[in-house]
Amino acid sequence: MSGHGDGKDAGRQVSWIESAASHFVVVLAVAFALYPVLWVIALAFSGTSTPEARVLPIPREPTFDHLWAVVSTTREVGESTQWLFGRQLANSLIVSISTALVGIGIAIPAAYALARFDFVGKERGLRVLLATQMFPAVAAAIPLYLMLDALGLLNSRTGLVLCYATTAVPFAIFQLRAAFESIPVDLEEAAMVDGATRLQAFVKVVLPAARPAIAVTALFAFMSAYNEFILAATLLGKEDMFTLPVVLQRFIGEYDAQWEAFAAGALIVSLPVMVLFYVLQRNLVAGLTAGGVKG
Amino acid sequence: MVAVTVSQVTKRFGATEVLKGIDIQVPDGHFAVLVGPSGCGKSTLLRCLAGLEEVTSGSLTFGERDVTSLQPRDRDVAMVFQSYALYPHLSVRENLAFGLKLRKTDAATIKARVDEVAEMLGLGPLLGRLPKALSGGQRQRVAMGRAIVRRPALFLFDEPLSNLDAALRAQVRVDIRKLHDQLGATSVYVTHDQVEAMTLADVMFVLNGGVVEQSGRPLEVYEAPASRFVAGFLGSPAMNFIAATTVAEPGGEGLRARLGDGSVTIALPPRDGLGAGRSVDVGVRPHDLELCAQGEGDIELTVDFVELLGPEIHAHGVLAGTKVVACIETSAGAGIGIGAVIPLKIRRLHLFDRESGRTLR
Repeated sequence: MSGHGDGKDAGRQVSWIESAASHFVVVLAVAFALYPVLWVIALAFSGTSTPEARVLPIPREPTFDHLWAVVSTTREVGESTQWLFGRQLANSLIVSISTALVGIGIAIPAAYALARFDFVGKERGLRVLLATQMFPAVAAAIPLYLMLDALGLLNSRTGLVLCYATTAVPFAIFQLRAAFESIPVDLEEAAMVDGATRLQAFVKVVLPAARPAIAVTALFAFMSAYNEFILAATLLGKEDMFTLPVVLQRFIGEYDAQWEAFAAGALIVSLPVMVLFYVLQRNLVAGLTAGGVKG
Repeated sequence: MVAVTVSQVTKRFGATEVLKGIDIQVPDGHFAVLVGPSGCGKSTLLRCLAGLEEVTSGSLTFGERDVTSLQPRDRDVAMVFQSYALYPHLSVRENLAFGLKLRKTDAATIKARVDEVAEMLGLGPLLGRLPKALSGGQRQRVAMGRAIVRRPALFLFDEPLSNLDAALRAQVRVDIRKLHDQLGATSVYVTHDQVEAMTLADVMFVLNGGVVEQSGRPLEVYEAPASRFVAGFLGSPAMNFIAATTVAEPGGEGLRARLGDGSVTIALPPRDGLGAGRSVDVGVRPHDLELCAQGEGDIELTVDFVELLGPEIHAHGVLAGTKVVACIETSAGAGIGIGAVIPLKIRRLHLFDRESGRTLR
């Protein structure tokens, strides 16, 4: 957005007018992007019961009650009390991480094969993969429900991971194929001449070189699973198996909307994603620009 | 250190035959250069030697070992790539140590060898850097170091200087030759640059269209090209070729060549089996055209363009309807300008059969 940190501006004195102007633009853009988020934050910490339209998103009668109420939900299981929210958070994280791992685990070898080898049916296979991307996963909700029912995987994390990974794999393959294609073949060949087997060359040279792209692809898979609602709501019927989007939706009932609880829940749900983005930010930038510049 | 023998090697990519029965012998410890224009098959041949391409037929032998079907890692070769192919996620030290680690060399030996090579190539201060923090010349040296550190039996170079600027290229060329003399390992070097080929090679193989047109010591090949192609490929500026027909010397023995549009004839030195009425190409290197006194020249060139290069000038003109360049010492040709008609003596000429392109000796 601004010229700062951009290599081409290095060594040039930036005048204070330029600096102020670029900061102003950045602040404006950030404010524009964050305004709705600030509203959610204000709502989550407000003590009043109904949201009202105001210009400044400042909480009325600030309180942590809503956050605490969302986090501390429990349920009775026989004699003992179970921390329900903890279990639901765990459901979301386990399902999303597993989706990312399974998706990436399948997509990496597939994408590498598509990037490096010629084989019968390659082009046709790619077209079929592309075709699967034209339909939303929801379109398959009913068949998936019936299949998982037959397999006894309804109301299970495994079932959900299977469904999510299925939809994550084609996109991951396309993403990673482009990343592998941008890595010069010379690198693998150099490794093989240096004494590596093809597998060693792949593991020791190609995978590290593709790490940013793999991180981004994994993050996309994680995010799509973490945010998914419709399949989760369809395939999960028991409260203790819910993922967080399903939990959130429960705050908005047919006759009663708990907006503060919803906002508090939304904030909590966002935290893991924010942490993940923060940790992966370096890879994200490199991964999103991968392929633009040949190595 | 091994001798390299390539026997009747062919390589096909689908319907395209890139190598058409190559025979090459590189004696132990020699520096061989494969030279030729783009698409002549030189890089493919090098990749076959490295094991990165399988040969379609024929055999490759390193010393006593038939390596034709061996994997690259089992051939005991090291290769310097045109792109350098440095591992981007590894530091210079790790790049150098990569091959040794894969071969389970102990850490102390790896460190000693890496340090030795770093010292040899002046890489010491760069060992902690990533490849992206290096200049082109430094990357090239790291690529060389990665090859040297393994102490392979055979070095392979795939146009390793083509990404460097002209000044650096000349310097690294000298360094490569010095390193070869120091290490004594057999080397095979691919280039399309005839200057590199001439200056580096102990033995040179000129490839064209998937066959070896000529091989030998660089000067031998330069002085006595076996074909019009080789003659035209080696030497800068390129050899002048003028289409000609042989005619009998009027009133005497011997032959003359009627050049181009027939306006000029020159005397021909005797050639085996060459008679009158034959279509030939006369080849004269620009440096074999010597400025002489008026009336003593074999030909006269009407100059239409002059390039000043410092120690010499390149006088361009048309002779018997064909474009010709003459290289003349600046001191001798100081007054030559556009429109001048200069008498030139032909110190040496080459004769090629028009149809086959082979040299007539």
